[in-house]
Amino acid sequence: MIKDQDYLKKIADICLSKSKKLGSTDASILVQSSVSENINVRNKKLDGSERSENLGVVLTTYLGKKKSSIASSNLKESNLNELVDRCIETMKITPEDEYNSLPDKDLHFSGLKDLDLYDGTHLSNEDKINYIKEAEDEAFSNNKIVNTNGSGFGENKSNFLLANSNGFSDGYKTSQFTAYCEVVSKSNGSMERDYEYTSKRFYNDILKPKELGSIAADHAVKKLNPKKIKSEKISLIFDKRISKNFLSIFASAISSSAIAKGTTFLKDKLNQKVFNTEININDRGDIKKANGSRYFDSEGIGIINLDLIKNGILQDYLIDTYNGKKINRKSNGRASGTTNLYFENGSKTFSELIKSEKKLLYIKETIGHGTNIINGDYSVGASGIMIENGEFSYPVSEITIAGNLNNIFQNITLADDLEFNYSTNSPTMHVEGMIVGGK
Amino acid sequence: MTSLLKNSELSIEKADKIVSETLNSCDDGELYIEDTKSETIVLDDNKIKSSNYTSDLGYGFRAVTGDTVAYSHSNEISEKSLKNSSDNLKSTLKNNSGTYNSEIKKTNQKLYKDIDPIESKSMKSKIELLNNMNEYARSKDSSVKQVTASLLAEKKNIEIIRSGGELLSDNRPLVRINMSVMVEKNGRKETGVYGIGGRQDYDEYLKNDNWKKVCDEAFRIANTNIESKPSPAGEMKVVLGPGWPAILIHEAVGHGLEGDFNRKKTSAFHDLVGKKVASKGVTIIDDGTIDNRRGSLNIDDEGTPTERTVLIEDGILKNFMQDRLNARLMNTKSTGNGRRESYKHVVMPRMRNTIMLGGTNTQEEMIKSVDKGIFAVSFGGGQVDITSGKFVFNCTEAYEIINGKVGAPIKGATLIGDGPSSLKEILMVGNDMMLDPGIGTCGKAGQGVPVGVGQPSLLINNMTVGGTQL
Repeated sequence: MIKDQDYLKKIADICLSKSKKLGSTDASILVQSSVSENINVRNKKLDGSERSENLGVVLTTYLGKKKSSIASSNLKESNLNELVDRCIETMKITPEDEYNSLPDKDLHFSGLKDLDLYDGTHLSNEDKINYIKEAEDEAFSNNKIVNTNGSGFGENKSNFLLANSNGFSDGYKTSQFTAYCEVVSKSNGSMERDYEYTSKRFYNDILKPKELGSIAADHAVKKLNPKKIKSEKISLIFDKRISKNFLSIFASAISSSAIAKGTTFLKDKLNQKVFNTEININDRGDIKKANGSRYFDSEGIGIINLDLIKNGILQDYLIDTYNGKKINRKSNGRASGTTNLYFENGSKTFSELIKSEKKLLYIKETIGHGTNIINGDYSVGASGIMIENGEFSYPVSEITIAGNLNNIFQNITLADDLEFNYSTNSPTMHVEGMIVGGK
Repeated sequence: MTSLLKNSELSIEKADKIVSETLNSCDDGELYIEDTKSETIVLDDNKIKSSNYTSDLGYGFRAVTGDTVAYSHSNEISEKSLKNSSDNLKSTLKNNSGTYNSEIKKTNQKLYKDIDPIESKSMKSKIELLNNMNEYARSKDSSVKQVTASLLAEKKNIEIIRSGGELLSDNRPLVRINMSVMVEKNGRKETGVYGIGGRQDYDEYLKNDNWKKVCDEAFRIANTNIESKPSPAGEMKVVLGPGWPAILIHEAVGHGLEGDFNRKKTSAFHDLVGKKVASKGVTIIDDGTIDNRRGSLNIDDEGTPTERTVLIEDGILKNFMQDRLNARLMNTKSTGNGRRESYKHVVMPRMRNTIMLGGTNTQEEMIKSVDKGIFAVSFGGGQVDITSGKFVFNCTEAYEIINGKVGAPIKGATLIGDGPSSLKEILMVGNDMMLDPGIGTCGKAGQGVPVGVGQPSLLINNMTVGGTQL
């Protein structure tokens, strides 16, 4: 069972009052409790079950502009006392940093908590196993699926309390139900793997098992017997599961920490055209039941909705208290990063997009960590499907795609097929003129 | 006798009893208890940005029968909590029964000292070191615009209680010193990253002003990249430098030789034992027994002593890396590769220090033999698709080779290759085998574990380079 708010509050009070007693001028504390249960199935047989119970506390103490933090999973009072002692001792000898402080009181969250982020549904292990078996059954009904890498179902419930010495104290429960199916296809000596994944706060919102299995099988079969193509300049279509990655890259490039240090290619680009005029990017924390929704960030600051890109122009950064002070801006509640980040729909249909050029390469998977936020260079391994005259023709693998994000962002065209499946969501994306490295 | 349960509400006798009673009807399993203390101090943008100390204590209780694993972990160490876990394991495995394999090798292996690297250097001197690194790096050139330096130390004590009361333990220190330098010149920005570390006290790594060399190296890489030109795209010859570039070995063949993927027949290598998978002269080992190395362990996380496992010998595939579960199901013995990130994670076969042994060629010969290609000296991360065998890694320092000579530095490019075929494309193996500086972390199924790599210079006939220049 996850611990209730009263229990979390008791732990928070012990730490906050002890830190005050030992001389800290300010303190903030996060106490978390979570329980997760995961089931793994392989070839329709139970492969493993895992149950985890986690408790944790993170305490940050301040002495004026000095700061130090401790974290522990051992919540016995004697251990907590020892750790607070240690935190205070370290804090005293840590140099001052003029930007250290608790968040602005006026920005603390206060309001209704009506976003529906917790579903108390509990599935027995049997139910979880049955769900996944049904998904694998469906995948194996495709005769090119010969094996599975394992499929799984997870249920996670958590509760937390965030408090600070300025009087903030709040927390809430969240839930997450996750299922994935990863299968192996084989034909003519070629072996490929692919997957489908679904994760929602409410059990009723996840994909039905048959859908999960058939999509995974379809992905894996479509990759079979790939060709390697010649190096060339070609326009790419990014599948929705890849196009959303550009939003994550964008988010790290406009974090106030990167902006303050100058370690991003989007420094000094506020109020400038970063994307073409068709592009709008929003970050909304208040979508009911959505994966990225939250009431306040890890500092207790209320989430406001941000129109980050409007008609291609950069309107805002993602700001926390510490880095906000460095750039003379107030926090906008993004100490924990983005919430539900998404591109607004474009004006073309998927079918118009893939017919927009005679020859296009549809990217379904990228591999590697080839993004350089500092200068915008982008180079990753990839695989996908060649599109000729608007028709999917043959799979392609062992290629690289490269470009610079400054150009890529200007050359994006979006389809109108946005769905809210993850916390970061994008429609299908067309990017003109990227360099493919192949034969 | 046990120290980790000493201050808890759970006595060793009670723990023994629950463990034996739960595991008697299973094939394998253990109670794994872990006490980890870690400290991270980061200097960023001229300030000590954070000092975090973490103390984590918990257990993971595992029962295995056939190929089914039941796992339950918690950080509440009490009889009640362990009994709950036991009930949970029993209910998962209720339809299976097995015979407990109590056999486990014994060792007196002591590859590193039982020290606490957090306590053996004072907070004051750690802060002073970071400040010195920052000042020194910034003093190297006015083009240095940003410096991030960090110190990470960990002391992980583990205990494994097996059915029948057998107790195995290991105390593992680990440190890492990191440096990242950003240089800005003529409107261009580039970074250089370097680090050192292993299973000794900080001071062992700081001898002879070694921290200056860490700063020098990070600055040198950033400064080289500021002059870099766009990387070519397409297939070409690649010369790899010695040491850290061995993450190519780790990605190209290492993961594909882990027992779980081969038992499940999802690895591109699963039916290739005894077959030629690499050029003659290529020998690759996974060695958990090198003194003080980041990937070394006295015993793995199931209690099996680590060893030096030959994976590929003179081009022929010899062995997979095994944990107890996959070894049993494949009728072989654990090679001491059973590892987990923490008590919160299940054991899997994982690499330790993965090394290609040296050959006879010189790096000079390799470069001379290339008309058009690239010389890759350092890398960021890598990744592999086990099933198709395709792997990538990202260059952080590379140069073009034209007519047998090293030319201009080129921008960070991704190299992509095919695991089972790329090692057959090795044309020359260098005589300059080197281990990496001790900074690697390998990720698999969401679990990170410290690993090492090593290799000599290599000439590879053909790899695809992901640049922007056609």
